[in-house]
Amino acid sequence: MTESENIVAETAERIFADLADAQTINGSKDGAWKGPLWHALAEAGLPLSWVPEDCDGSGASLAEGFGVLSAAGRSALAVPLAETMLAGWLLAQAKIASPSDTMTVAPANPKDRIALNADGTLSGRARGVPFAKGARFIAVLAHGADGIAIALVAIASCRIDPGLNLADDPSDTVIFNNAKPLVLKPAPAGFDQTALMLMGAVTRSLQIAGALESMLEISVRYSNERVAFEKKISKFQAVQHNLAKLAGETSAALAAASSAADAIANAEAFDDALFLEAAAAKIRCAEAAEKGAAIAHQVHGAIGFTQEHILHRYSLRALAWRDDFGHESHWGVELGKLVAARGADELWPLVASR
Amino acid sequence: MTAALRFDPIRLPPECEVLRQEVRAFLADEIAAGTFDPHKPQREDSDAPEFSRRVGERGWLGMTWPKKYGGHERSFLERYVVTEEMRVANAPTRRFFVADRQSGPVLLKYAPEHIKMDILPRICRGEVCFSIGMSEPNSGSDLFAAKTKATKTDGGFLINGSKIWTTSAHIADYMIAIFRTSPSTKENRRHGLTQFLVDMKSPGIKVNPIAQMTGLYEFNEVVFEDVFVPDDHMLGEIDGAWKQATSELAYERSGPERFLETYYVLTELVRAVGPNPDSRGAEGIGRLVAQLHTMRRMSVSVAGMLQAGREPVVEASIVKDIGTIWEQQLPHRVRELAAFVDSDASNHATLDEQLAFAIKTAPKLTIQGGTTEVLRGIIARGLGLR
Ligand SMILES: Cc1cc2nc3c(=O)[nH]c(=O)nc-3n(C[C@H](O)[C@H](O)[C@H](O)COP(=O)(O)OP(=O)(O)OC[C@H]3O[C@@H](n4cnc5c(N)ncnc54)[C@H](O)[C@@H]3O)c2cc1C
Repeated sequence: MTESENIVAETAERIFADLADAQTINGSKDGAWKGPLWHALAEAGLPLSWVPEDCDGSGASLAEGFGVLSAAGRSALAVPLAETMLAGWLLAQAKIASPSDTMTVAPANPKDRIALNADGTLSGRARGVPFAKGARFIAVLAHGADGIAIALVAIASCRIDPGLNLADDPSDTVIFNNAKPLVLKPAPAGFDQTALMLMGAVTRSLQIAGALESMLEISVRYSNERVAFEKKISKFQAVQHNLAKLAGETSAALAAASSAADAIANAEAFDDALFLEAAAAKIRCAEAAEKGAAIAHQVHGAIGFTQEHILHRYSLRALAWRDDFGHESHWGVELGKLVAARGADELWPLVASR
Repeated sequence: MTAALRFDPIRLPPECEVLRQEVRAFLADEIAAGTFDPHKPQREDSDAPEFSRRVGERGWLGMTWPKKYGGHERSFLERYVVTEEMRVANAPTRRFFVADRQSGPVLLKYAPEHIKMDILPRICRGEVCFSIGMSEPNSGSDLFAAKTKATKTDGGFLINGSKIWTTSAHIADYMIAIFRTSPSTKENRRHGLTQFLVDMKSPGIKVNPIAQMTGLYEFNEVVFEDVFVPDDHMLGEIDGAWKQATSELAYERSGPERFLETYYVLTELVRAVGPNPDSRGAEGIGRLVAQLHTMRRMSVSVAGMLQAGREPVVEASIVKDIGTIWEQQLPHRVRELAAFVDSDASNHATLDEQLAFAIKTAPKLTIQGGTTEVLRGIIARGLGLR
C-alpha cells in the first residue's frame, strides 16, 4: 500500500499538523498541548488502530497502522501513540479487549523476563519501558510454567521507577511485585517474546526513518536559507555532499523499515525471513540515526544546538528510539547467530528470498 | 518542500522465483562442468564465449527487449534476478554484461532499424561484446571536455583521438562512444558531442591493454586514426549526446552489481566463523547482513519502480552511492572480523586469497561509472540544492 492510499495515516498526519506542531510544542513550558492532541487521536480511534473491532478497537490493518507510525516519526511525536498501538496489538494476540486509555508494553528490552506465578500474579522487572509513567495500563508478555501468557495490568498495581530517554520522554523501570493482572490469557501458539521484540523493533524503525525524513527536509530548507560568505550554504559542495549522504541514510532507513513493516503485514509466521527483515531494519535505522543526526546538526551550525530550535526534537528521538525493543548490537548478535547457524551457503538464498 | 524520497517495499513476483531456480540449476551445472570456479573471482579468463552463448540460449540476454530483435519481452524484475544470481556466483559475464545492460538499450532507442535487426539478435545469442567509450585522458568526470573528434566526410565520419579506461575493448566487437562533432558553445558547454556505434574491426583502431593494480587486464587505451564510421552508425541527434542520458542511467546505477561486487568475502567469512560464532563475530556478521539486506531491498525497490514506469533518478543514484561505498568497505570489515577466526578454519586460505583480491579491487568501485563525488552532485541536484 502506498501512503496516499492510507486514509488512517492521512488522518493521523492531519492531527499531527494541527495539534503536534514541533515549533509550538517546543515553545510550550507546561505540556498543555498533550491533552488536546491525545483527545483528537483517541477520537479518531488511532491508539487502538491494531485492535480488532470485537476487542473494542478500530480494526485498521497492520499496514495502515504502520503508516501512522511513519507519520508519528516524521513529527517526532512525544505521546504514547506507538506504545498504545503496540499494547493493543499484543493484547489482541490473546483476544483481550483493550481499554480506551493510554497504554504501554513490557518487556521493552529483550533481556528482561516477566514471570507468571502459579497464583496468576506477575513478578519481575522491565527496564526502559517507554511512557510507563503517565500511562494507565500496561500490556505484559509473561513466562509461566505452562508457557507464555499475555496480561492486561493497571499501571497503578506496578511500581514505577521513573527515568527519561535522551529526548526527555519517559523511559521507566516497571517492577511487578506479585502484580495482579486485570485480564490474563495464554498467548497463541508460536507467539513469544521475540515476536513482541521484532514488532517493537519495526515500530521504532519506522519512527526513526520518519524522523530522518524530517531532518532531511528541514536541513535542506535551512541550507537554502542560511547565507555565509555571501552565498547560500547549499551552494557549497561540502554541504551538498553532506546532505546527499543524509539523503542516503534516510533512504536506507526508509527502505529497511518499510520493507520490514510490509513483511510483518503480510507474514504468516515469525520465521527466519521475518527475523532478517525486522532485525536488519532496527540495525540499519539505528546506524542511519547516528550518521543522519550528525549531518543534520552539522548543516545547522550553532542554531541547531539550541533548545529553541526544533531540530533536537527529531535528532534526539531518533537516537533514543535506537535503545527500545533491542539495541542494534543485540539484533546484530542475534542476526549474526541466525546466519551462522544456517551456514554460509544459505546466506544468499535467505537474502534473495526477500 | 523537498520531493519525498520513495522506496516502496516491492517484492519480486512468483515468476521470478521459478526463474531464480532455473538460473541456479544452470550455474550449478556450469560449475560442475568446470566452466568457472565460484570461489575464484580473481580469474584472468573471465571472457567465456561458450558460456555466453549458453546464457543466450537460455533466453537470459535481452530479456526485456522486443521479440522481433531476439528479445524475450520479460520484466525488468526477471532480468534483475538473473543478474544477481550470476553476480553472486561469480559467473564470467564479461562478454555480455555491458551489451545486455547498457549498449542494447541505447541501440534500441537510437539505432536505425537495419542495425537493430543486425546486432540486437546477436547480443541476445551472447555472441557480441560491447565497450563504452566515454573517458579520455583529459576527460573523466567532466565528460563534456571530450576531444576525440568525428569529422564529417563522404558517407560518414573520420574519428581521430583516443579513449581510455575502456573496459573490455580488447575483446569487444563494438564500442558505443561519444565524439566531438562541434565545439561547445558559450551558452551550452555540453553541446557538440555525438554518440556513435563503432565496429572495433574498423581499420585504424589500436587497442593497448592497461594493467590494473589487481594484476588483471580489464581496461585499455583505444587509439583512433582516421577510423571511418558510416552515417547510419550515428546514434541519436548530432551534437546532442548530452540529451540522451535517459532513464537507462537509473538501471545502470541501481542494479545488483552496484553492491555485490565483493559479496563473496562475506560468504567466506560466515563459512570461516562456523555455526557458533562468538558475540563479536556474530555482531559483525549481523550488521553486515543488515546492510546487505537493506541495499538489496533498495535496489529491488528502484527496479520495481522503474518497471512500473516511474523515474526514480535520485533514488537510483543513492543506491549506487551507498551501495558502492558498502561494497568497498566490506572487505575491510570482513578482514577485521577474520582476525578473530581460528586460522585452522578449513577455508582460511580461500578467505585470505579472496580478501587480498577484494581489497585490491575496492578502490575502483567508487570511481567506475561515475565517482562518488559526481553521484553526490546528482543527488544534491535532486534535493534542490543546485
Ligand atoms: C575499473 C574501471 C573501469 C572503467 N571502465 C570505463 C569504461 O569502460 N569506459 C569509460 O569510458 N570509462 C571507464 N572508466 C573511467 C571512469 O568512468 C572514470 O575514471 C571516472 O569517470 C572518473 O574520471 P577520472 O578517472 O578522469 O577522474 P577525474 O574526473 O579526474 O576525478 C579525479 C577526482 O576528482 C574528483 N572530481 C572531479 N570533478 C569533480 C567535481 N566537479 N566535484 C568534486 N570532485 C570532482 C573525482 O570525484 C575524483 O575523486 C573506468 C574506470 C575504472 C576505474
